[in-house]
Amino acid sequence: MNGWALAVIQAGLLAFGAPFLAGWVKWVKCKLQCRQGPSPWQPYRNLSKLFRKDIVISEQASPVFRMAPYLVFSVTALAGSVMPFVAIGLPTSAIADVIVLVGFFALARFFLALAGMDVGTAFGGMGSSREMTISSLAEPAILMAVFTLAMTVSSTNLASMISHLLVEPFQLYPSFIFAGMGLLLVTVAETGRIPVDNPATHLELTMIHEAMILEYSGRHLALMEWAAMLKLMIYGVLIANLFIPWGIALELTPLALAIGLVAITGKLAVLGVVLAVAETSLAKMRFFRVPQFLGLAFILCLLGMLSHVILEVR
Amino acid sequence: MQMAALPLSEQMILTLAALILFTSFLLLAQTRIVTLIHTFAWQGALLFFATVLVAIVSGRHHLLISAGLTLALKVFFIPWQLRRLVVRLDIRRDVETVGSSSLIMIGAGALVLFSYYVALPIRELSMLSTRNTIAISLAVILIGMLMIITRRKAVAQVIGFMSMENGLMFAAVSATYGMPMVVELGVAFDVLVAAILFGVFFFQIRNGIGSLNVDHLNRLNEVD
Repeated sequence: MNGWALAVIQAGLLAFGAPFLAGWVKWVKCKLQCRQGPSPWQPYRNLSKLFRKDIVISEQASPVFRMAPYLVFSVTALAGSVMPFVAIGLPTSAIADVIVLVGFFALARFFLALAGMDVGTAFGGMGSSREMTISSLAEPAILMAVFTLAMTVSSTNLASMISHLLVEPFQLYPSFIFAGMGLLLVTVAETGRIPVDNPATHLELTMIHEAMILEYSGRHLALMEWAAMLKLMIYGVLIANLFIPWGIALELTPLALAIGLVAITGKLAVLGVVLAVAETSLAKMRFFRVPQFLGLAFILCLLGMLSHVILEVR
Repeated sequence: MQMAALPLSEQMILTLAALILFTSFLLLAQTRIVTLIHTFAWQGALLFFATVLVAIVSGRHHLLISAGLTLALKVFFIPWQLRRLVVRLDIRRDVETVGSSSLIMIGAGALVLFSYYVALPIRELSMLSTRNTIAISLAVILIGMLMIITRRKAVAQVIGFMSMENGLMFAAVSATYGMPMVVELGVAFDVLVAAILFGVFFFQIRNGIGSLNVDHLNRLNEVD
């Protein structure tokens, strides 16, 4: 019972912390570019404003268009609830493993792309087609990274992966370095950050995520944006907890949980700074160069698997 | 997982081996000449660190000399020489288009698998804990060869050749704790002389055919 209560609290923390992470990245980025920048709490204000506003829906919209925001958000939130965020060993982590997690994202993306095409505007269809192009290249890479990790720890369940890494004595796995780098590149592509998509733009021919949700307004838009922030948060937690697992709570005591919360906050803050520095120093690449970028991610993940087979198994 | 049995220094050597392989892939994919030279220097630096680590772990101090040669030649002298040549030939901004680069990358991945299978029986003969790196160094050699085949420009081909030599050096260091000193010195001077000769050669090629693209050599006629 205690475990379930903790799991619900953890999922809530993940969902309500996500806008702060997005705001934090934006704030650091503004400071790096010598701009004033909105406070990190600004996404909360934006979301609450959008939730209070009315919605405007095109006459041509089908039920899919109305359904999609709720579906996308709830699937993403479900994916967030299985993530080991502060503690491992919670009952929710048994619901799904990493492969199901990738499947959740695919489901959310499917409805997002459908909603983009539903109203029939040119922007929506363009955004959907781009999103599907990118995801079809990113998914093999992320699965390859997941398999590399799973071969080392012999499990695909996130909680048992992390506990295996913490219980075993420290080892320098070459495969983890490659899988980590590959996963970072995939994260950038999947969450629509700068070399692939520009999260700051709102009306630009090259936008991808914004193009799909261009027709949404009011609470639908709020849910879509919140889901995107949640996705960034989930990927951040995935990288932080898989590759730097130290600090996560192994037991469910108050002290361990407090340490876990502080550790994950610190890790995510550092990751946010890294993302902001990368976004400041890189320029958005041409869409037709994205396959090369994701090809590099795939090669990294493939090298991770090869170096696991060649170097780590004897 | 028997990797836990290894001390941290040997895990470091294995990690460096993986990184050397990664720089080989980068060399294969890199299209800008100057970045290509820098990546080659990084590969040399990784090789230097691996050699120093092996020298310290195994207690064979003559490897330190070979590490010093690697540092002086492959990290500083040859990249500097190549860079100077590129500046003098005025091809600094050249971007070489590598045809169907993803296919080449998949080919390189297949080469790694191939060298793994080839090296499996050799691995059984060696007693060293770093014997797993034989497959990696073989893969570096083969990828260097692939780079010579797929590139058109002479500078990139020379870098492919040098990275093959890196692979050979790494194989010698990790599989047998280095070659005899005479051989190592010989190889080092070989590379040095090759680097200088290639420099002269670049100018000859360009004077002869007006370009560094060696594909033009296929169509040489005595009279047009």
